[in-house]
Amino acid sequence: MSTDSTHGTHSAHVAHHFKDASQQYESGKEGIWLFMVTEILMFGAIFVAYAIYHHAYPDMFAEGAKSLDWKMGFVNTLVLIFSSFTMAISISYIQKNEQKKAVIALGTTVLCGAIFMVIKYFEYAHKFHLGLLPGKFLDVAGVGAEHANLGLYFGFYYCMTGLHGLHVLIGMGLITWCMIRTMRGDFHGQYWIPVEGVGLFWHIVDLIWIFLFPLLYLVG
Amino acid sequence: MAGHTSNDPNVLQPHISPMSIYLKVAGALFALTFLTIIAHHFNAQLGALAAPVAFVIALVKASLVMTWFMHLKYDTKVNRIVFACGFIFLAILFFFNAFDVATRVFESSPL
Amino acid sequence: MANTAAHGDNYINFEKGLWSWFTTVDHKRIGIMYFITVMTFFAIGGVMALLLRLELFAPNVTQGVGQVLKNGDTYNQILTYHGAIMVFMVIVPGIPAILGNFFLPLHIGAKDVAFPKINLASWYCFMLGAALAIGTFFTTKIDTGWTFYTPYSIRTGTATAMMVAAAFIMGMSSVLTGLNFIVTVHRLRAPGMTMHRMPLFVWSLYATAILQILATPVLAITLLLLAAERFLGIGIFDPKLGGDPVLFQHFFWFYSHPAVYIMILPAMGVVSEILTTFSRKVIFGYTAIAYSSLGIAAVSFFVWGHHMFVSGQSESAGILFSFLTMLVGVPTAIKMFNWVATLYKGSIQFQSPMLYALGFMFLFAIGGVTGIMLAVLPIDVHFHDTYFVVAHFHYVMVGGTLMSIMGGYYYWFPKMFGKMYSEAGARMSFVFIFIGFNVTFFPQFILGAMGMPRRYFDYIPAYETLNKVSTVGSWLIGIGFLIGLYTIVQGLLKGEKAPMNPWGSKTLEWYTPSPPPHDNFAVEPVVTAGPYEYR
Repeated sequence: MSTDSTHGTHSAHVAHHFKDASQQYESGKEGIWLFMVTEILMFGAIFVAYAIYHHAYPDMFAEGAKSLDWKMGFVNTLVLIFSSFTMAISISYIQKNEQKKAVIALGTTVLCGAIFMVIKYFEYAHKFHLGLLPGKFLDVAGVGAEHANLGLYFGFYYCMTGLHGLHVLIGMGLITWCMIRTMRGDFHGQYWIPVEGVGLFWHIVDLIWIFLFPLLYLVG
Repeated sequence: MAGHTSNDPNVLQPHISPMSIYLKVAGALFALTFLTIIAHHFNAQLGALAAPVAFVIALVKASLVMTWFMHLKYDTKVNRIVFACGFIFLAILFFFNAFDVATRVFESSPL
Repeated sequence: MANTAAHGDNYINFEKGLWSWFTTVDHKRIGIMYFITVMTFFAIGGVMALLLRLELFAPNVTQGVGQVLKNGDTYNQILTYHGAIMVFMVIVPGIPAILGNFFLPLHIGAKDVAFPKINLASWYCFMLGAALAIGTFFTTKIDTGWTFYTPYSIRTGTATAMMVAAAFIMGMSSVLTGLNFIVTVHRLRAPGMTMHRMPLFVWSLYATAILQILATPVLAITLLLLAAERFLGIGIFDPKLGGDPVLFQHFFWFYSHPAVYIMILPAMGVVSEILTTFSRKVIFGYTAIAYSSLGIAAVSFFVWGHHMFVSGQSESAGILFSFLTMLVGVPTAIKMFNWVATLYKGSIQFQSPMLYALGFMFLFAIGGVTGIMLAVLPIDVHFHDTYFVVAHFHYVMVGGTLMSIMGGYYYWFPKMFGKMYSEAGARMSFVFIFIGFNVTFFPQFILGAMGMPRRYFDYIPAYETLNKVSTVGSWLIGIGFLIGLYTIVQGLLKGEKAPMNPWGSKTLEWYTPSPPPHDNFAVEPVVTAGPYEYR
C-alpha cells in the first residue's frame, strides 16, 4: 500500500493480505454478519425454551409477567431505540468525514446504554427487595406465589435480561473504544468498518430487546 | 495513484442514507412502541389475539431496524442470505421441539 | 516491511524465537500450534482409552473393585475425560484447525485467512478452554459423560460447571475458525479461482464452517442454562422442579449432531484429495462430491432426534427423526460411490497417505452402514446404549476421521515441514492401526448384539473372550501410533529435504516451495483450470 493522498485527506489502510480496500471492507462486513448469526441463534434458542415452558405453564408465566412493571420496560425500549438511531447516524457522519458530530452521536449512544443499565439496576433492585429471585432462591411462601415453580419464570427473566444486559455493557465498551479512535482520527470516509461492526452489534442488542419487551413484560 | 473513479477498488463508495430516513425510521419505531402499549391496555378485549398482536408489532419493528439501521436494504445478497440463515435454522430448532412437545403426553409436574 | 533481509525464506524461519510463535498471525504457524496442542491432547485421551480397555480386560473378581482402576467412579471419570477430550479437543478442531488453517489459504491462492488476528484469538480461546477442561482433573473431576445429560449433571458433586465453561470457550474458538473460513472462501480466492475450481477439501471445510457457525451458539446457550440450573435451580432441565430434561437433550443434540459432521466432513475432504492424487486421475463427480458436502451439512440439522429414541421424546417425533436420518445416507453414499469411481482405471499408487484413505473408505463404510441400522427406530430401541453404538461411532470417528487425519498428515507433511518421512515407518504404523482398530472394535458390534451395555466398568463372564480380544486390539492401535510418532519425529529431525511437489499433485499448495514462504506465494497465482487436471 502506497500513500494515496489524492482522495481528500484520507485513504483506507489495507492489511497486507487483502488486495484492496473493497475486498477488506466486504470481508469485514461479512465476518460481522456471520457473528451476528451466532448471536441470533444463541438468543433464539433461549426464546425457544421460553416458548415451550410458556406452553407448559401459561398461568405461572402470567403470574410472573404481572409482577413486572411494564413502564420500566417501555422506557427502556424507547431509550434503546433512540440509541440505535444515534448509532446509525454516527456511521453516516464518519462516512461524511464529520468526526465531531460522529463523536457526539457515539457519546449519546453510550449514554443511552448507561441509562438503560441504570433503569435495569433499579428494576433488579426492586425485584431483589421483593424477594423475586430466580429458581431456588425464590421463597414461594414468602412472596405469596400462586405457583410453586414461579422461580422458573424469574430464571428466564434473569437469564434473558442478564445476558442481554451483558451485551449492552460489552456494546458500551466497544462504542467507547470506537469513540476514542474516532477522536484520534482513525476512522474516516475511507475506513469505518470497525464502527459499522460495533453498530451492527448494537442494533442486534436493540433487536433482541424489541422481542424481550413484549415477551417478558406484556404477554402474560 | 492515478484516479479515484467509481471503479477503483481501493476507494470505497459508501452508501450514505440521508438523515431524513433515519429520523423517519426512529419515529416509526417510537410510534410502534406506543402502539404496543396501547394494544396492551386492550388485552382483555383482544383475548387470545393479545400475544400475536404484540409479536406482529415487534416483528415490524425488528424488520425496520434490520432494513434501515442495519442497512440490509443496501447490503450484498450474500450477507442477506447469511443473516436469514440464522432465523431459518432457529425455526428448525423451534419446529422439531414444538413437534415433539405437541405430540408428547406432556408430563407436567404436579407443581 | 523494513528489514526483509533479517527474515528467513519460509514461514518457519521467517521470524525466530518462541515468542514470535505465540504472537504470530500467520495461518500456517497457527496451524502448527494447533497441531502440537491437539496431538498432545490426543495422546492424553488415547492413554485414557487404553486404561479403559485395560480395566475391561477381565470381569472384576470382587464386585465394585476394579482390575486396574479403583472403582466404578474412577472408571466413569476416565470415561468422561476420554470422551470430552477426544470430542471437544481432538476431533472437532483436528482437521479444520490444523490442516484447514494451514492449507485453506494455500488451496485457494490467498495470502492468509480473512481475519488473521481472530485466527490467533481462536487458538488462545481453544487453549483457555482446554486448560479449564484439563484443570477439572485436578479438582473434583467430572463424571457426567461428555454429553452432560441432565438431571444427573445438575446433581453430581463434580466440577461440571468448570467443564461446561471449558466447552463453551472451546465452542467460541470453533465459531471463530468457522467464521474465518467462510469469509476466506467467499472473498479471498485468487483470480480465476471460482467456487467450482476449489479443491474438494476446501468445499468440505466450507460446509464444516457453516455447521460451526449455525450449531455452536445453541450449545453455548444450552451450557449456560445448564450452569444456571446448577447454581440457581431455575427448574428448566430439572424434572423435580417442573423442568424437562428431554429439552436439554434436544438443545444439546441440535449442536452435537451437526458436530458429528463437523468431525467427519473435513475428513471426507482430505480423502478426496488423497484419492485423486494417488489414482492419477480426475476426481469422478467433482460437483456431486462438492454439493454432497453441503447436503450433509443441511441434512444434519434435521436428524438430531435419533439420539433420543429412548429418552422420552414423543413416538411421532421418533418416527419423523428416524425417517429423516435415512436421508443422511444419500449424500454420504454419493461421496462413497464417486470415490470408488475415481479409483476405477486409475494408476493407483499405494503410498502411505493412500493406504490411510483406502482404510478410511473401508472403515467408514462399516461405520456408515451400521449408522443407517441405528437410524431405524425399532433397531435402535434394541441396540441403544449397548456396545453396538460404541462400535458404530468409533468406526466413524476413529476409523473415519482419525484415519483421515493421519492420512492428511502424511500427505501434507512434506509441504508443512519441508522434509520427507520414512515411508516404511508410515506403512508399518498404518498396518498396526488398521488391524488393531478392527480387532478392537469389531468384537464390540458382537458384544452390543449380545446386550453388553456401554459405560459399565464390569460385565458378566459371558462377555469375557470378546472383551479380551478388544483390549488386545487397543494395544495394537497404541503400538501403531507410537510407530507413527517415531516416524514423524524422525522425519522432522533427519528427513531428507522434500521437493516442491513430491506426489505430483495438481492443487495450488504444491506449486509453492516446501515449506511455503511467509506470504504463501511469491506471485499471486492466477487459476485457469480445475483442481485435478490429471492427464
